[in-house]
Amino acid sequence: MTDAVMQRGAAASKAVSPVVEAAKEAMVTVVLVFLLSIYMIGFQTQANQGQQLSFSTHILDVVWACILVPAGRFLIALDRQGLSKPALLGGLVGFVYLFGIGSLGLAESLSYDVIPHPFDEPMVNIIFGLGALYVAGVAYSSMRSRRHGTMTLDQREAREQSRAGWARRMSSILGPFLVGIAVVLPIIVPFSPWSSATRQVTETLTLILTYVMLGWGLNIVVGLAGLLDLGYVAFYAVGAYTYAKLATEFGFDFWECLPVAGIIAASFGIVLGFPVLRLRGDYLAIVTLGFGEMIRIILINWQVFTGGPNGIGSIPRIDFFGLPFERTAPPGHTTFAQFFHIDFATSQRVMFLYYVILVLALITNFVTIRLRRLPIGRAWEALREDETACRALGINPTNTKLTAFAMGAMFAGFAGSFFAARQGFVSPESFVFIESAQILAIVVLGGMGSQVGVALAAILLVGLPEVMRELSLYRMLFYGICMVMIMLLRPRGLLAHREPTIQYKRRGYSK
Amino acid sequence: MDWFPYFLQQLINGLTLGSVYGLIAIGYTMVYGIIGMVNFAHGDIYMIGAFQAMIMLLVCGALGITWVPAILLLMLIVSVVLTSAYGWAVERIAYRPLRGSNRLAPLISAIGMSILLENYVQLVQGPRPKPIEPVIRGGFQLMGGGSDNSFVVQLGYMQIVIVVITIVLMGGFAMAIGNTSLGRQQRACEQDMKMASLLGVNVDRTISLTFVLGAGLAAVAGMMVTLYYGNNDFFMGFVAGIKAFTAAVLGGIGSLPGAMLGGVLIGLIEAFWSAYFSAEYKDVAAFGILVLVLIFRPTGLLGRPEIEKV
Amino acid sequence: MNAATAASETAVSSALLSVEHVTMRFGGLVAVEDVTFEAQNRQITGVIGPNGAGKTTLFNCITGFYKPTVGRITLRQGNGEVMLLEQMAGYLIGQKAKVARTFQNIRLFPGMSALENLMVAQHNKLMKASGFTFLGLLGAPSYRHAEAEAKEKAVKWLDRVGLLSLADNPAGSLPYGGQRRLEIARAMCTDPVLLCLDEPAAGLNPRESAELNQLLLEIRDQVGIGILLIEHDMSVVMGISDHIVVLDYGRKIADGAPAQIRQDPAVIRAYLGEEEKD
Repeated sequence: MTDAVMQRGAAASKAVSPVVEAAKEAMVTVVLVFLLSIYMIGFQTQANQGQQLSFSTHILDVVWACILVPAGRFLIALDRQGLSKPALLGGLVGFVYLFGIGSLGLAESLSYDVIPHPFDEPMVNIIFGLGALYVAGVAYSSMRSRRHGTMTLDQREAREQSRAGWARRMSSILGPFLVGIAVVLPIIVPFSPWSSATRQVTETLTLILTYVMLGWGLNIVVGLAGLLDLGYVAFYAVGAYTYAKLATEFGFDFWECLPVAGIIAASFGIVLGFPVLRLRGDYLAIVTLGFGEMIRIILINWQVFTGGPNGIGSIPRIDFFGLPFERTAPPGHTTFAQFFHIDFATSQRVMFLYYVILVLALITNFVTIRLRRLPIGRAWEALREDETACRALGINPTNTKLTAFAMGAMFAGFAGSFFAARQGFVSPESFVFIESAQILAIVVLGGMGSQVGVALAAILLVGLPEVMRELSLYRMLFYGICMVMIMLLRPRGLLAHREPTIQYKRRGYSK
Repeated sequence: MDWFPYFLQQLINGLTLGSVYGLIAIGYTMVYGIIGMVNFAHGDIYMIGAFQAMIMLLVCGALGITWVPAILLLMLIVSVVLTSAYGWAVERIAYRPLRGSNRLAPLISAIGMSILLENYVQLVQGPRPKPIEPVIRGGFQLMGGGSDNSFVVQLGYMQIVIVVITIVLMGGFAMAIGNTSLGRQQRACEQDMKMASLLGVNVDRTISLTFVLGAGLAAVAGMMVTLYYGNNDFFMGFVAGIKAFTAAVLGGIGSLPGAMLGGVLIGLIEAFWSAYFSAEYKDVAAFGILVLVLIFRPTGLLGRPEIEKV
Repeated sequence: MNAATAASETAVSSALLSVEHVTMRFGGLVAVEDVTFEAQNRQITGVIGPNGAGKTTLFNCITGFYKPTVGRITLRQGNGEVMLLEQMAGYLIGQKAKVARTFQNIRLFPGMSALENLMVAQHNKLMKASGFTFLGLLGAPSYRHAEAEAKEKAVKWLDRVGLLSLADNPAGSLPYGGQRRLEIARAMCTDPVLLCLDEPAAGLNPRESAELNQLLLEIRDQVGIGILLIEHDMSVVMGISDHIVVLDYGRKIADGAPAQIRQDPAVIRAYLGEEEKD
């Protein structure tokens, strides 16, 4: 609808120069950005010791925002009017300058203070630089499509298919490659330049894999069945607390707890899902959101059972199928080191944990791929596509959704159990909404339904902020931006393609 | 009659709280009515409204404005105008391009927007809660406080202001929607967006205005909360948003009087639950009600049943 | 047990589907009023009527998307089992009563391939074969066998509706006529005893429309099931129906063989207005 309006506007004002037209749009944006930023950015409030609220002014930031955002808008308007080249150029210049200066600032280079820069905070310059890159990207893609002329439907379809083919090839190459890397990585790290930090690297990788597993679990619910679950972390919490309780009070070990945690989390999924799964999708989203909060509040307040805000501590650590990773064995036990006649090192447990989560994640992946090709998986996808048609075919929508919900919850339960075993303590702080949002961002960015995409997204979204600590402050901001941008630009995710679950002919579309 | 003073106090508190929820709920219900999506970022719009009002209050202090009605009026106008700009921008950036795409896309975009707004505010205004000096203090002592040391029932001036503003706003708003051309256009879009656009209704503009109106009402709610509780933080929109959505569903999503009724009911339930059962579980109670309503009366108290078209 | 009592009450009739005194109200609006008719096995029953006559509403009542305000809808299966459709949950009408339907505005699973669409249609059978997923997950041979069988059936139907060469293409990318035929094939893959088609000829060109008639006649004669057909276009219905029910303003105004309907004054009035008088 907007495009039509734009085009009509463009046609009506042929006489007016495109620059003037674009400048008009930019002026509107100046007003808007001024309204948005004048108080929120211009006045920074802080409470001092005496709990007295005061503010400091940052009018320069407002001025810069009111220059840079409309400038970008101006370039995009130029591009719409057909002047893509200046838009591309402007975007690139802006990107190089802002991103460059921001990076200098991040690197705490002395030249940051010498070279003029719009914002004090280096990261803000980088964010605006990325905005400029977006402008350049828009201009570039419209230049390309203009060079190719307008596409016929067939051509567009062909391009879609070649893209899908590319995504498929990428996935089929990257999948095994990533698994291979994941298997050997902890072994090569000690021989790499990061050998001094082997333990930290392995721990980070373990963290990433935990999110890969959670992403794959949530992918069943969101990607396959099309159910938006915003309280996924609740099932993670159920798994974690199940292990914590069973291990501390009944002396269960990790391997005994794992299935129990999965089953209990799945039961929670069924109990929650049963009343709400027959509702419309957006209701489900908000109910799961509420449920996630509910679980957290209960964890904080049910002191007797959950230990309240302090959580449950001194959870028995993971052991190697009965052999503890300890320097000295408890009476009557042999330690892992003794059993294999090697020297004790704390890194043994870290390595073992890494491989445990790797195996758990791969099991999740394997089961998901398998399920997709079974009737239940096809029914999930069919339900995502058209629930009414499913009902007409005699498929019970509630039960089918429930299985997806329970399956996703089960994997979250496994992951939660692993989390508790790795941390040694659990507390409600680990299970806030932000965690759910992060897992959802991974699934969305990766391409709903694409297993490799989810793994890549987890590496990007969890790994990057771990490596670059400066980013961690801005991590959630980026998640938010990512989710919106992905929906606007590539709603099916970065590596989205759908392989039919059963084929008449082998490989390739016939046309 | 020993129980009565305590009960009355909770009734007053509940009504105050309910007014705030009701105002936020209208934003949910209007947007849901017109484009059929849950605007997840609406709770955060309310939070931004609260921050804008808070900053205006500080600026008033810096400018030396001390006359209370002037402060209130400035806060109201500035917070409504600036927050409406946020409402407009959110719709324009995150929702409009996705109109007509699959049903999951706008929802995810909305969640992304909600995360974005929360963290933006956290970054520019800092993560710590902001304590605010009350502007309007005092109130009437309705009961008790005599020599017998009985329970004191307080009716704060601020509480009166909140309820009065809400009633005036709601009345005006209902009239506006009922009698203006914008209201007609909104209802037309609700019924059939394509047909409305064929008949010359500017659908984009109508939807934008719906978001602007919703944001304006949320800003008023934010301002009142700023003055009443005086403790803003960047996460305040999250729980308030869920509760207001619960209110909208309880009243019947899509129905304006329903949103107000739902808001008041949720406010009362929360106040009474905290007073008679446990304050810690008040949020759990609200969510529990949401689930119960969805199970037993998905159309809410005043909502009309949806007829599925096949 | 409900079904059993119903059987004794209406044992007189031997029709596949009996619709008795069905009324559907939406608030104050009466979309269908006191409609009674029967549809026989191995026959094509056409339901016709001008726009807004309540055809689709009646259809939605039969296929369980609406619950009729008043009335009874009975389905008699080949083995003599009788089911009261108006009392069954929506999805059970497809699963247990074996009534399949298509939609006026095609409802395929557009992102899934044509073949997958037909596999989804055999969900309940395959679910049992996969031991409710557990056996399937382990790759049990019995499931593999069942899946191969289901695929064979799907391929047979794809061939029959002339879509075999497009089997692996997303259903949403098929040409319009192909999508209509795929929807019928999908309904047939559920092994129905009654196939309900909601305006299957809408949007088809004359050649496609003729092919469709051929397909429906084949289904009637070779598969041997009853077909209930809503149509708007008189020529299609007259050509292939064995029995026609005419609705107007939610009421049944005529019921009989095509030749009879063609001469019915009430039908002519409904279609041509009061022109007769001039």
